Amino acid sequence: MFEAPEIDWLALAPLIVVLGAGVVGVLVEAFVPARARRMTQIVLTLAALAGGFAFIAVLWPQIVVQPVQVVGGSVTLTPFALGAQGIIAVLAFLGVLVVADRTATGQDAFAPTASAVPGTSYEDLARRSGLEQTEIYPLLLFAAGGMMLFASTDDLIVMFIALEVLSLPLYVLCATARRRRLLSQEAAAKYFLLGAFASALFIFGVALIYGFAGSVRFFGDPSRPGVGVLPAIQSGAAQGEGMSVLLVAGVLLVVVGLLFKVGAVPFHAWTPDVYTGAPTPITGFMAACTKVAAVAALVQVLYRVAIGVQTVDPEIMRQLQMVIVVVAVLTMAVGTIVGSVQTDVKRLLAYSSIAHAGFLLVGVAGFNSQVQASTLFYLLAYGIATIGAFGVVTLVRERRVTPGSGEHNGPVGDDGVVLGEATEIAQWAGLGRKAPWLTAAFALFLLSMAGIPLTAGFIAKFGAFTGAASGGLWWLAVLGVLASVVAVAFYLRLLVVMVFQRAQDDPAEPLVKLAETTPGAAPGEAEVSTSGDVSTGATAGAGATATLTTVQVTTAQRIEVTVVRSRGPAAVAIAVCAVATVILGVFPSPVLALVEQASKFVP
Amino acid sequence: MNDVIGLAPWLVGFPLIGAAILLLGGKATDRWGHWLGVLASAASAVIGFILMFRMIGTPAEERSIDHHLWTWLSAGGLDVDLGLRLDPLSLTFVMLVTFVGTLIHVYSVAYMDHDPHRRRFFGYLNLFVAAMLTLVLADSYLLLFVGWEGVGLASYLLIGFWDTGRPSARENAVAAKKAFVMNRIGDMGLIAAMALLFAGTGALDFGTTLSDDAVGSLSEATATAIGLCLLLAACGKSAQFPLQAWLGDAMAGPTPVSALIHAATMVTAGVYLMVRSGPILEAAPTAQLVVVIVGAVTLLFGAVVGTAKDDIKKALAASTMSQIGYMMLAAGLGPAGYAFAIFHLLTHGFFKAGLFLGAGSVMHAMGDQTDMRRFGGLSRFLPITWITMGLGWLAILGIPPFSGFWSKDGIIEAAFMPVEGQPWRAWVFGSVAVLGAAITAFYMTRLFFMTFGGRRPRWTENQHPHESSPLMWWPLVFLGVGSAALGAVLGIGGTFVTWLEPVVGHAEHHEPVLPVPVIITTTLVVVVLGALLAFRMYAVALVPEEAPRGSVLTRAARRDLYQDTANETLVLKPAHGVARLVQVGDRDVVDRGWSVLPQAVSWFGAVFRKAQSGYVRSYAAGMAGGVLVIAVVVWLVVGLGGAQ
Repeated sequence: MFEAPEIDWLALAPLIVVLGAGVVGVLVEAFVPARARRMTQIVLTLAALAGGFAFIAVLWPQIVVQPVQVVGGSVTLTPFALGAQGIIAVLAFLGVLVVADRTATGQDAFAPTASAVPGTSYEDLARRSGLEQTEIYPLLLFAAGGMMLFASTDDLIVMFIALEVLSLPLYVLCATARRRRLLSQEAAAKYFLLGAFASALFIFGVALIYGFAGSVRFFGDPSRPGVGVLPAIQSGAAQGEGMSVLLVAGVLLVVVGLLFKVGAVPFHAWTPDVYTGAPTPITGFMAACTKVAAVAALVQVLYRVAIGVQTVDPEIMRQLQMVIVVVAVLTMAVGTIVGSVQTDVKRLLAYSSIAHAGFLLVGVAGFNSQVQASTLFYLLAYGIATIGAFGVVTLVRERRVTPGSGEHNGPVGDDGVVLGEATEIAQWAGLGRKAPWLTAAFALFLLSMAGIPLTAGFIAKFGAFTGAASGGLWWLAVLGVLASVVAVAFYLRLLVVMVFQRAQDDPAEPLVKLAETTPGAAPGEAEVSTSGDVSTGATAGAGATATLTTVQVTTAQRIEVTVVRSRGPAAVAIAVCAVATVILGVFPSPVLALVEQASKFVP
Repeated sequence: MNDVIGLAPWLVGFPLIGAAILLLGGKATDRWGHWLGVLASAASAVIGFILMFRMIGTPAEERSIDHHLWTWLSAGGLDVDLGLRLDPLSLTFVMLVTFVGTLIHVYSVAYMDHDPHRRRFFGYLNLFVAAMLTLVLADSYLLLFVGWEGVGLASYLLIGFWDTGRPSARENAVAAKKAFVMNRIGDMGLIAAMALLFAGTGALDFGTTLSDDAVGSLSEATATAIGLCLLLAACGKSAQFPLQAWLGDAMAGPTPVSALIHAATMVTAGVYLMVRSGPILEAAPTAQLVVVIVGAVTLLFGAVVGTAKDDIKKALAASTMSQIGYMMLAAGLGPAGYAFAIFHLLTHGFFKAGLFLGAGSVMHAMGDQTDMRRFGGLSRFLPITWITMGLGWLAILGIPPFSGFWSKDGIIEAAFMPVEGQPWRAWVFGSVAVLGAAITAFYMTRLFFMTFGGRRPRWTENQHPHESSPLMWWPLVFLGVGSAALGAVLGIGGTFVTWLEPVVGHAEHHEPVLPVPVIITTTLVVVVLGALLAFRMYAVALVPEEAPRGSVLTRAARRDLYQDTANETLVLKPAHGVARLVQVGDRDVVDRGWSVLPQAVSWFGAVFRKAQSGYVRSYAAGMAGGVLVIAVVVWLVVGLGGAQ
């Protein structure tokens, strides 16, 4: 006998819209003529994310009253999960705007054909014939859809599938950078291998949990009472000899899989390398959205287990709390201390993202329901600042100037008079004069990340630390504040460089140092620019020590730092992020009230 | 009242928007920016008038309105609400700030006419007005602090406004920094006071913290500590002893700034803080006594310094310090003094702004000369300035019926009120107040006649003094009228005291230790004597163009009674000493013995540098190792649950 399950289609609508649009996007690749493809894809992607968000908004009043389990919990919409979905949709929308911007150079951040071997004539041909990889848009939609599913399921197998759905497109996207392609491909390979490793740990954990409970769902299927992880715990299964070890080890491994995605120490090592190598708009997208999805999933797994065990065996809850506390402390320490010696903007932001994972975990470690609201707010505040900041990075570029050739004001060639992004912090000197508005926006994002009052970041951090404190972890909250102080130092250092230092592109300077020793830097990042005529020195794997690459540029040419004009979308995204950062800092109450509704139920 | 309360946020809003447009708009707003600044300030003034007239129309007991704006954040036990408090006290300030502020904006249009950065100047002025209004309208110490810092910022920016392209650029920048740093010391006091208040009462809004319950729940020691911290804040902002040294140097800023910020409004914020925090001070008699002493010391200090200054602006700055000393003294006297402190603050705001703008007009006429020994005989050339400054002069002397008489006389009488158990207080502080009035008469008369009187001009070469443009003298006329009449209008029949009563409470009337007519007569006699002495020395006799060596006291007064020297010896030198000690200690003790910490950090860095090798295999090993480490830590710290 097979009975068709009753499905609450409305509850699935946000996912269906986003993932469905991804499928349509693939068809667009096949059937829409090349000329119209890019525009079609952008419109489709933005419309899908907006539509997804609209459905979330429609669902919200209903879900905050009564959470919904669809198909026995495969999709479980609690207010917390739906909130996370909404934040992912909003951040993905902003992220796609940055992705879609071709800037005044007429080029987006992606390779004309990502499959071409770097440095070959085929690549040159593809570049010259103006090819574009519009597949990135459906990939983004799949990733976003995967993240939304990831954040809203009760079923560990579905969670695993979602994990792959969100990860695989990201691996591909990481490899598609237009410039520094070796670095980009290396980043993708690393991300893929380590991601596979983390997935393996995750699924092994799922297996152990299944061994313990005979189910991979926490709440279980309402139609089959008594089956599920929580019912198993409550029925006293954990008291069995060795059974609680199964549960704890299983949950621990699942949590490790999730912490990998969160970017928490010691599962963070991929973060700086991948964030640096990936095309910057993608970095922004994944730094913001993946973090939301992963933290949301983490909170759900942890809190569901905690709810289950706290009456039966509080010891297990203490163990879980201990794991998070240890990881949070490590993450904050590594993120801030190693972050403070970085000399590359993207790497600095990567370590900042690690540090924020730590701050988020400080709140999560509080293990109380209030944390749900503050975590959602934190994710929103962090995501907005991150997408904005990486959006700014996409616009600060190197430019090769050949005096006397008229190139200075001349057309932007195929090979690019405007080269790749100028990500050395030293190159950002004097940016405040070159682009005051952009600098102001970037400063705002940094201040928000630092947690200065009147920005969203302050309210967010306040919430996270309050969460830890109300969970009895005063010392952890104090540690969080101290780590924030160290983090402020490195954000402010960047600010000082941008606003108070003079630009270093003095025309009389014939020798341009393109790369310098970076403490804690991978050799891979010493590769600086594959476009242009400056040959690059070291490539990946040259050795464990950082490499110094000094490139002699002929006196006739020099590299300047310039700010390219956005064609619109990125500027809109940056402006929206800046305004939102201020509004969430000055008038946070409406949003706080909204996320507050999320903490009424088990996440 | 409720139908217009919605306008209140715009009091702050208009100047804030003005500042935003002017500062963010850049060169695009250069052409009309100054008029936008004037308009923003004037719009605030109009709203201020509307609100005040409506408030006069409401019954006295309904005159304190807390207008909730929004909840900034609410977390657990802490609700941070932002709101405005409209009551007679805050509205008095609103009127002073917006009305005098607008006049000074208008004046500045002409005064800063040739300055290439006039637009930026107006942006800062608007920012100041917005911050000052935030300060006085705040309904909690937290929002007050926002305004407090805002005016500090605006003051810093404006003192150092001419920090490029002038011979004195460096000095100006130093003066700005000096003001900023000394104000920071005071701000620490305010922060500490807020922390103590929050610890003691669990709130920071006036409604809760100043209620009888909350104040009653504070121990006297706590109340005293809070009171003293608040006093420290007030001393920083209001240039009271011992944090007074920055005000004289602050005169490096453009004259309209001196008039608006360093005479009429910002420097009186300390007095506002004292009066607003009255209930706390009343619970701490020791703190009150310290307030009175600080006021008395500063009032004499400023007056003595004022007698010797030859720079017209610095003389006025010293006078400001002294007059705020009067207000502070009154604020420390409790309910009997609050109303007069604010009354004097109001009249002083008018006559001192008038005097400063007059000084600006004189400087304008004399090619930015500020040395009074180089003035003289200007009354014929600057008739309007002469008359309006004359009104200000009579007002500050306290000659009836001019403004200053009504307010200052009130303070002197209040100072003579007996205090139970401490009969010496009335005599000491009363005498100080009278003595201060005499010295005030001397230095202001000196200033007035060195500038306008004298038998022959002592100008430098090529001086062609002329009256300034109407944009500059119309504000002078308004302020002159205020100097002449405001005191009588508000003082006769105690109108102003009654107006403030809902806020500061009704003062029990005590008889001063001397009969009131005797006090008034004595004061007037010494004032006239002081003025006559100055007249003889600086109007009848010839004033030398070079300052004579003078007595010990004169020389000391010229150097601000060695306040900088004192600061240097008492604060900077010891601080340097401590710094040196720390440096030596750091090098010899910390670096040698405790180099563990930096080593640990660099070791940490090195480890992670190695860890961040770029090799996937080591990353994966790190993850696997991490899982193990975490498992072990959990096992060690908590023990495996089921295995017990």
